[in-house]
Amino acid sequence: MVIYNHMVVDLLTGQRADQVFHALADATRRDILAQALVAEHSVSALARRYPMSITAVQKHVAVLEAAELITKERRGREQLVRSNVETIRRAGLLLDQLEEIWRARIAQIGDILADDPQEGTRDADHR
Amino acid sequence: MQITVDKDPAAHTMTVTTELDATVERAWQLWADPRQLERWWGPPTHPATVVEHDLAPGRTVRYFMTSPEGDKYHGLWEIVAVEAPKRLELVDCFADDSGAKNEDLPATRMTVTLAERDGGGTVMTMHSRFPSLEAMEQLVTMGMEEGLQQALSQIEGILAGAA
Repeated sequence: MVIYNHMVVDLLTGQRADQVFHALADATRRDILAQALVAEHSVSALARRYPMSITAVQKHVAVLEAAELITKERRGREQLVRSNVETIRRAGLLLDQLEEIWRARIAQIGDILADDPQEGTRDADHR
Repeated sequence: MQITVDKDPAAHTMTVTTELDATVERAWQLWADPRQLERWWGPPTHPATVVEHDLAPGRTVRYFMTSPEGDKYHGLWEIVAVEAPKRLELVDCFADDSGAKNEDLPATRMTVTLAERDGGGTVMTMHSRFPSLEAMEQLVTMGMEEGLQQALSQIEGILAGAA
C-alpha cells in the first residue's frame, strides 16, 4: 500500500501532473482508462462503447497516451490500448532497488575520501 | 553524507546527487583513477576489478565484479564525452566472459557532473537513463544477486496483492 501511494505521488507531483489531471478531467477518458486497467482493448472495440466517431475516441486515447496513463500497440490491423499504471509501478520498484545500489556506492566513496582525503590535490600539484 | 534521489518511473531515469567533502579535482579521481574506481563501483559483496581504463571519448573502461561464490560479471563503459574534472558521459554496457560487449543486453546512459559547492566541497550528480524495464531488472540482478530472488518475489507479491 505504501508503494502504491508512492506510485500515486510519482504520478501527481512530476512534470506530467498537468497532463494527468487534464487527461482525467473527461468522463469518456476516465472510462477508457478504467477499461484499460481491467484488460487490453482495441480502439475500435472502445469506440463501440461510446456515442462518438472512432476518430474522436482515437483523440481521447492520444490524450491518455500523452499523459502516459496508457500505452498503445499496433497488432495486425488493431491498435491495442492497455493501462500503463502497472508498468510504471514496476519501474518505480526497480528504481528503488537501483537507488539502493547508488547509496551503497556513495557510502563506499565516503570511506575512500575519509582514507585519502588529499589524493586529488596531490595529483593537481604534480601538474 | 547528503544524498538526494530523483526518480521518474515513466521516463526510466534517475538522478542521484551527493555532496562530497572533497575538492572537485579530488572527487574526479574517484572516476579517473581505476584503483579508486574499483573500491566503490561494485557492491560490498561484489567488488569490482578494473582491467582497462581509458577515459577518453570513443575509448573503453572494462571491469568485472566478483560474487562471493567467485562468479564474475563483466561490464564495460563506452566513453562518450570527458571534460576533466567536471563532466563525464558514458554508456554502461554488459559484457560477456571475455569482456566483449554484449549487444543483446540493453545499455544505460550515464552523465556525471562535478561542481564546486558554495563554501567548499563538491556536488556530484549522476544522471542515469535506463532504456527499458528489462534493463533495470538486469542491473538489479547484477548489483544485488543474493537479494534478487527476495526482491523479485516481493515485487511479485506486491503486484499480486494490489491487483
